[in-house]
Amino acid sequence: MAPSFLEVGIEAQRRWQELTDGDSPWLRIGTALCGEAAGADAVLAALEAALEAQGAAAQVSRVGCLGLCFAEPLLDVLLPGGHRVFYGNVDPDNVAEIVSAHVLGGRPVTSLALGYLAQEESAAPLPEGIPDLNQHPMRIWENRIALRNAGNVDPLDIYQYVANGGYQSLHKALTNLTPEETLEEVKTSGLRGRGGAAFPTATKWSFLAGNPATEKYVLCNCEEGDPGAFNDKNILESDPNTLLEGVIIAGYATGASKGYIFIRHGHDGPIDRCRAAVRQAQELGLLGENIMGSNFSYDVEVALTGDSYVAGEETALMEAIEGKRAMPRFRPPFPAQVGLFGKPTNINNVKTLAYVPEIISKGGEWFAGIGHDTSTGTAILCLSGSLNYTGMIEVPLGINLKDVIFEAAGGAPGGKALKLLQTGGPLGGVLGADNIDLLLDFEVLRSAGAIMGSGGIIAADETTCVVDLTRSLIAFCQYESCGKCFPCRMGMSHLLEVLERICCLKGSEEDLTLMRSIGENMQAGSLCGHGQLGFNPVSSALRYFGPEFETHIVDRECPTGTCSMPRFSPVASRR
Amino acid sequence: MSGLEQRIHDAVHSQSQPTVTVLSSLLAVEDELGFIPKEAVEFVAEFSNTTVNDVWAVASFYPNFRFVPPAEHVVEVCWGASCHLVGAMGVVKSVLETAGLDAEGDTPDMRLTVKLNTCLGACSQAPVMSLDHHLVGRITPETATKKVANLLGQDTHGA
Repeated sequence: MAPSFLEVGIEAQRRWQELTDGDSPWLRIGTALCGEAAGADAVLAALEAALEAQGAAAQVSRVGCLGLCFAEPLLDVLLPGGHRVFYGNVDPDNVAEIVSAHVLGGRPVTSLALGYLAQEESAAPLPEGIPDLNQHPMRIWENRIALRNAGNVDPLDIYQYVANGGYQSLHKALTNLTPEETLEEVKTSGLRGRGGAAFPTATKWSFLAGNPATEKYVLCNCEEGDPGAFNDKNILESDPNTLLEGVIIAGYATGASKGYIFIRHGHDGPIDRCRAAVRQAQELGLLGENIMGSNFSYDVEVALTGDSYVAGEETALMEAIEGKRAMPRFRPPFPAQVGLFGKPTNINNVKTLAYVPEIISKGGEWFAGIGHDTSTGTAILCLSGSLNYTGMIEVPLGINLKDVIFEAAGGAPGGKALKLLQTGGPLGGVLGADNIDLLLDFEVLRSAGAIMGSGGIIAADETTCVVDLTRSLIAFCQYESCGKCFPCRMGMSHLLEVLERICCLKGSEEDLTLMRSIGENMQAGSLCGHGQLGFNPVSSALRYFGPEFETHIVDRECPTGTCSMPRFSPVASRR
Repeated sequence: MSGLEQRIHDAVHSQSQPTVTVLSSLLAVEDELGFIPKEAVEFVAEFSNTTVNDVWAVASFYPNFRFVPPAEHVVEVCWGASCHLVGAMGVVKSVLETAGLDAEGDTPDMRLTVKLNTCLGACSQAPVMSLDHHLVGRITPETATKKVANLLGQDTHGA
């Protein structure tokens, strides 16, 4: 018999109190994909060895990503009742000193510290000689809604989520709101899909809610295959319970019977943490029959796909869950009529659903008050490439993209000039650096020729050759074309061939016309966005950097010298 | 039942999630064996009440699957746009040179598989590679060579 939600809440508070103001310090280390790649495992091993060698008692948690990926491995120390002090780019060799001085001695190592985060409930004086981490350029613009717990809680411990207000929204929905009122709250919020299309979420939900069938599904899409986007994976790794609560509330609002969270095979961190969240929610009665004593019954399953970028397209995703090739279906019928296993289905992106608990908790009006015009709420952006500060930030929509790049991310390193941004994944486009004085707003970005997509922003500096980058993007699109529609399958291969020719300085003026003609045919003759949008990298590159293509074709010269370097791509395309 | 057939049987039958499909069964076999032998295709077809042809259709679609036994080690190098822009091609070149390969694939002695991966998911640490599925970021052609050599050296030094 599962405990009551009240009992769960009391236990969660007791455990949180023990962590933050108990007998021993609480140490947290970032172990999302970014932390792993930066060497968090070695730091953790050094930490455990140092704690044992020095006989120091401490509670150690593997948390997710705070967003400051550039500073990984990131380790922080919270003395009982004190404030969090962060150490960035931690070298395993420095860990013993942090343990002896800070964990045992109570004095932070100021020379190694990145910053502190003041704890509201703490009466302790602020650490001296250490900057406030909230004043760091990367944090100063932030308004964390979906990421509010990321980097703060242990993703494998549902109690830490509950102690921070988790599952209160589900409780509120189930006890105070009808499904219709829940949907109405999301409608008031103006929430739009964060997977790329920016379609109003409540409208999408209403299609499913209006279907009288008893077996209906909610799908959460974490087939995040685009280079430069890692926010979905990071949410799953840092705070899977936020997403899970969103999936459950979506099920309640739409009258669904089951939810699926769909992740790419091989991304073990997100998969394991998400599966643990589902298992723990089942144990605590937050999933299953008559959730929290209501008459709402619902379960969630984590399903895996093979490597396929097109599996992120909503009908291809359903094919993959059914165990088939991830190829898009014809529409109509639309998923809300005939979806997964032939049942009515609603599909949302991870970020979209991760906003839902806070929207229900604080109200749709509150969410609608953040952002710009019809782009309400925040954007969760992944910053990578040639930037001083790479990582993941959550900023209100409506702020200037220029500020994100030059202020928050600190511009290009080494005094190099920024050349362009590649946004919205490989099917998005490039945006010349002179043209990034734009508001973060779905419509504004679209009219500039660069979609927000899933929130990935890759920066390139002056050493980048735009023809080579375009070739690389099309090589990705060609490799990932599922092969169902021949204009996409053959068009991508043909585009790649032409771009290879231009890179080899053997292109001709006719090649530009040829590419446009291929692009038009792909757009007109493809079933899904892969082929329809697949010409975007080329068209946007030509729009902003036409003369650079001309230089390759007419002068037979690559201004950056990049095109003379060796190029590699996978041996064969999948088809 | 041979040892191989037993392992295929157990992998397919030990799936704990409610939704079991051709794809999920193939992924379970790949996780267990590191490749999909002909026997597995036949077994999954029978288990899923479908044809060998349909199982091959799925297996050949996803690049996760390989059809010959795996090499001892696998190194993946990301060639996605984030990594490409900060030097992935140089890393690929040095990894291939260290392995003695011209393009992705297995070394003749089956000690190493080199694969290009479209995105390993740690773009903020680009360029990224993985050594036996463990991610390493901010890699240079020089550190890549060293790490691959270390990986291959581990066994010969009796580690």
